[in-house]
Amino acid sequence: MAGALPRITPPMRRGEHLAGWLLTLPAAIAFIALLLVPTLAAITLAFTDYELGLSPTWIGLENFWELWGDRGFRQSFRNTVLYVAIVAPASVLGGLGLALLIESAARGRMLFRAVFFLPVVSLTVAMASAWQYLLHPTIGPVNAALRALGIAGPAWLSSSDTVLLSLAFIGVWESVGFNMVLFMAGLTAIPRELREAAAVDGARTAWDRFRLVTWPLLGPTTLFVVTISLIRSVRVFDTVAVLTRGGPNKASETLLYTMYTEGFTFLRLGYSAAITLIFLVIVLGLMLLQTRVLDRRVHYG
Amino acid sequence: MTQGLSLTGIGKAFGGTRVLSGVSLEVPPGEFVALVGPSGCGKTTLMRIVAGIEAPDAGAVRIGGRDVTQAHPGARDVAMVFQSYALYPHLTVAQNIAVPLLMRRLGFWGRLFPGGEARRQIAADVARIAEPLGLSGLLDRRPGQLSGGQRQRVALARAVVRDPAVFLLDEPLSNLDAALRVATRREIVDIHRRTGAATLYVTHDQTEALTMADRVAVMRAGELLQIGTPTEVYEKPADIRVASFIGSPRINLLPAHVAEDGVVRVMGIDTELRSAARGPATLGVRPENLRLGGPWSGAARHLEYLGDTALLHARLGETDVVLRVEPGQRATPDEPLALGIGRALLFGADGRRIAAHHPAHA
Repeated sequence: MAGALPRITPPMRRGEHLAGWLLTLPAAIAFIALLLVPTLAAITLAFTDYELGLSPTWIGLENFWELWGDRGFRQSFRNTVLYVAIVAPASVLGGLGLALLIESAARGRMLFRAVFFLPVVSLTVAMASAWQYLLHPTIGPVNAALRALGIAGPAWLSSSDTVLLSLAFIGVWESVGFNMVLFMAGLTAIPRELREAAAVDGARTAWDRFRLVTWPLLGPTTLFVVTISLIRSVRVFDTVAVLTRGGPNKASETLLYTMYTEGFTFLRLGYSAAITLIFLVIVLGLMLLQTRVLDRRVHYG
Repeated sequence: MTQGLSLTGIGKAFGGTRVLSGVSLEVPPGEFVALVGPSGCGKTTLMRIVAGIEAPDAGAVRIGGRDVTQAHPGARDVAMVFQSYALYPHLTVAQNIAVPLLMRRLGFWGRLFPGGEARRQIAADVARIAEPLGLSGLLDRRPGQLSGGQRQRVALARAVVRDPAVFLLDEPLSNLDAALRVATRREIVDIHRRTGAATLYVTHDQTEALTMADRVAVMRAGELLQIGTPTEVYEKPADIRVASFIGSPRINLLPAHVAEDGVVRVMGIDTELRSAARGPATLGVRPENLRLGGPWSGAARHLEYLGDTALLHARLGETDVVLRVEPGQRATPDEPLALGIGRALLFGADGRRIAAHHPAHA
């Protein structure tokens, strides 16, 4: 039966094909030149001993063996994991809490939204100097306030005990506003009638309504916010570079900062590319987790 | 002490706009009251006040004899079917229906953990409610996988599952197609009979109101104009606004005059109607009470064929009128017609209905 149906005439089909390819060409060229080739180049470099000015030789997995034994890299990896473990949950929960608070506020929504969103639009490098002043051990207002309470404040950014915590705090401060705005958008998408139905159905406390309606319906938003927060915090670089340079004694080295120093200070581009590859695998792994595993649980058809 | 639902002097304004002014209404248990009126007349706001979603500025809401004006929606013993059904999209049909029971029967910890005797009882209640509504095979589906009519039945099941004292329905049929709407009307009335709750049904569709309700409450511009049985609001409307809202096609309104001898005259010609009032008035004639053949002369405009009947649009003096005629009737535009007025309603200059009688039928 199907054979009896008139087929699309071949010349027309070929023309359509050609037009399709031509139309995708600009985007395809940009993608190949700006994304695919550099990524492949970096991946290739990761298996060489390339240093700036020297010709690369293929050394296989040697860079990765060296990384495995490199105490500096291990420290940096541990720091990054710890940083992500603090910043991602804190900024997600903080963003959700702020969004719920602001959403339920009778007045001043615009003001609070602007205040908490400000860190997102401000330049981190510029804000870092403000933080440097705030957290200064002797002249900083934070320690001055602690002194007034009779507590001797630590040297926030120059003690290896507190430096990562301080950076994590700044990281949360930086991204909580962004998450808040995403959650607020998610909240406005929840039909009002659902919350009213929940109230009529006997959800008397705010917690009941949150559990029954708000939290499940925020699922897709939460998933997106979690993924974005994880990736953003894995990528921490500018506060480290400006405030601590990985110090003291590598206590605040993070993946991207190690990659940067290996590549741009010691000019070991092959080694640096190996770190980049590990970073890339982590980020891709997180995205895969989002699309394959969690995405199915939060969308209701 | 009255049981069921009782509203006294409910007033509500949004910003500077008055939405409800002094609405009082009694719905005893087991009665089905349809709240009908054009959109924006405040009927949905009134229902939301009963549910507790909106707070009134004035007046009191009583349910089962208890003043619940300030009570939380969940503490009022009301159930509501929303226009959009408001089903929880992340829960299955069974879980949706179970929500009101879960919220009332289980405490904080019970809700957190599955299992237990209370849960089994809830599952049994859900199954019992789902069966007559034809939802038994759909209990594991999500709302997104259901048709409009099925979603509607889930919303109904969720509302009646815990035997509420007051059952509220906000335009529940407006999202269904015409055939399903007629079938679901019957179903809703059946459910109401089974539950014996005081039912308040908001609709802008007067056919729904007249066919389903024990009593019809007609609202307009935040005011309750009349409450009565379908026959009362149709045959004895309190005023001209009720008369023109109830009935389809609309009642014909003709300028009239009551002469000194009490005879009601239209275009200077005597009608059969007599009244004790005097002076200018308006005569309301339903399309079925306007007939071909009589002392008034008009002109045909066009004919609408409806199968079992036909509607003849005509001109009588300065007024456009509609009359219900036999389906075989022929009429060409501008053809002169002789018209007769049968049973009619008389309204005074203030719009209130005035007593009038037909000596011929007396």
